[in-house]
Amino acid sequence: MARTVWDSTVGKKTVMAVSGLIMLLYLVAHMLGNLKIYFGALEFNEYAHWLRTMGEPLLHYEWALWVVRVVLVVAVVAHAVSAYQLSRRDIKARPSKYVHKKARASYATRTMRWGGIILALFIVWHILDLTTGHVHSGGFEEGKPYQNVVDTFSTWYGNVIYIVAVLAVGLHIRHGFWSAAQTLGVGSRTRDRALKGLANVLALLLTIGFLAVPVGVMTGVVS
Amino acid sequence: MKLTLRVWRQKNADADGAMSTYEVDGISPDMSFLEMLDTLNEELTLEGEDPVAFDHDCREGICGACSLVINGDAHGPERTTTCQLHMRSFKDGDTIDVEPWRAAAFPVVKDLVVDRTAFDRIIQAGGYVSVPTGSAPEAHATPVPKPDADLAFEHAECIGCGACVAACPNGAAMLFTSAKINHLNVLPQGAPERETRVLDMVAQMDDEGFGGCTLAGECATACPKGIPLSSITGMNKEWLRATAKGAGR
Ligand code: HEM
Ligand code: SF4
Ligand code: FES
Repeated sequence: MARTVWDSTVGKKTVMAVSGLIMLLYLVAHMLGNLKIYFGALEFNEYAHWLRTMGEPLLHYEWALWVVRVVLVVAVVAHAVSAYQLSRRDIKARPSKYVHKKARASYATRTMRWGGIILALFIVWHILDLTTGHVHSGGFEEGKPYQNVVDTFSTWYGNVIYIVAVLAVGLHIRHGFWSAAQTLGVGSRTRDRALKGLANVLALLLTIGFLAVPVGVMTGVVS
Repeated sequence: MKLTLRVWRQKNADADGAMSTYEVDGISPDMSFLEMLDTLNEELTLEGEDPVAFDHDCREGICGACSLVINGDAHGPERTTTCQLHMRSFKDGDTIDVEPWRAAAFPVVKDLVVDRTAFDRIIQAGGYVSVPTGSAPEAHATPVPKPDADLAFEHAECIGCGACVAACPNGAAMLFTSAKINHLNVLPQGAPERETRVLDMVAQMDDEGFGGCTLAGECATACPKGIPLSSITGMNKEWLRATAKGAGR
């Protein structure tokens, strides 16, 4: 019975775990980079510029950045498509509900699905806001990310959208990191507590780190 | 004890079902849940009504036939099979909801009886070991390390009841399938089919229309035999190993 990884529920879940971990790795780097905003406009803008000159002179201007972008787009698409297809399958596999309801059964699953939808919408908004500037609130200027960030977090909706998304990321990682370990077969009974602890620490650090930026702007530390 | 039962009644696979309410009296706390249902059925028969159809066989917790969801829990409130659940787990005057396993791959046949032959087909796909026939082999010829034997025994406890599927929000059969795979894959006797077993059984599981795992953990909570959630992790590991070896081609 020859079939591909993509044809199998276990295989598709593997795609989801690997793409999720790639995005997680990116998020850690992204969060740490964002914190440079606390060192002032000059240093933050220089850092943003360096992201484009990364790898030179071996690579051309923005090549490395485009490699990262392509990997991320592939990861997001693979993750979202496998999540969608597996979720559809799961819902079909349980067509009739029990009359006697138990809420707890699907808490984690529901959080992951709704969280994922929130994240997908956020990713689109976030790129249109701070990368392309299409939905930006101030006078968006390319190469001036410091001011762009301050503008975004000077609006109430900018803060609300961002904070909701960051909380969604935290919850998603909390279940997702541990899940990925199970999917990839590296979890075990002896490692379970360590993995759950690591998932919590990662989720908490990412949440706090990402929230530090709007909090900085709102409190006037970053302006 | 006097109880109110709300039981799923469904004439056949194609009919619409609904909950019907019955009163039963004179229930002893020492009766098993199935004996309580027997009492109800005797009354229904005397009244000329159709008795409630439910699956049961050994009534001693080893065959896995007694598949009932009781108050939303597969096999009811205790970690045991329905046949080993006693009425002392309930209070006089309780209302108890009794429903069949719910999953696309386990269609209702009648009332509380579901068709679980999907499990048989998963077993047929690889839940066996090939043994040469002839005289019994020397018992010490195939040493099995103690931890491996323990792991195999733990997973061999699965009785194929399907409570894991009934409890799973995705109607997934991962816990059952992983119990069977881990049971045989860890033993030297299961080694010849180690790769094809996991690939074929997972493929059959998918073909039967079971859902995927989202690690909600409801299966392991419901399992009367205590098959752990880490069993699914073990199956994933075996699947990845077999796939990396290109065993599916
Ligand atoms: C496009 C937006 C996203 C969608 C639609 C989405 C959806 C999902 C869903 C439905 C699951 C399965 C949950 C379950 O098994 O119960 C999942 C798992 C996961 N997600 Fe996401 N997610 C998205 C974004 C992200 C991001 C940005 C990250 C990285 C930080 C991420 C990391 C993970 C990880 C590590 C898993 C665990 C994989 C596994 O269970 O093996 N996801 N995602
Ligand atoms: S794993 Fe547990 S719940 Fe599932 S079929 Fe086996 S014994 Fe029943
Ligand atoms: S009737 Fe055999 S396990 Fe319950």
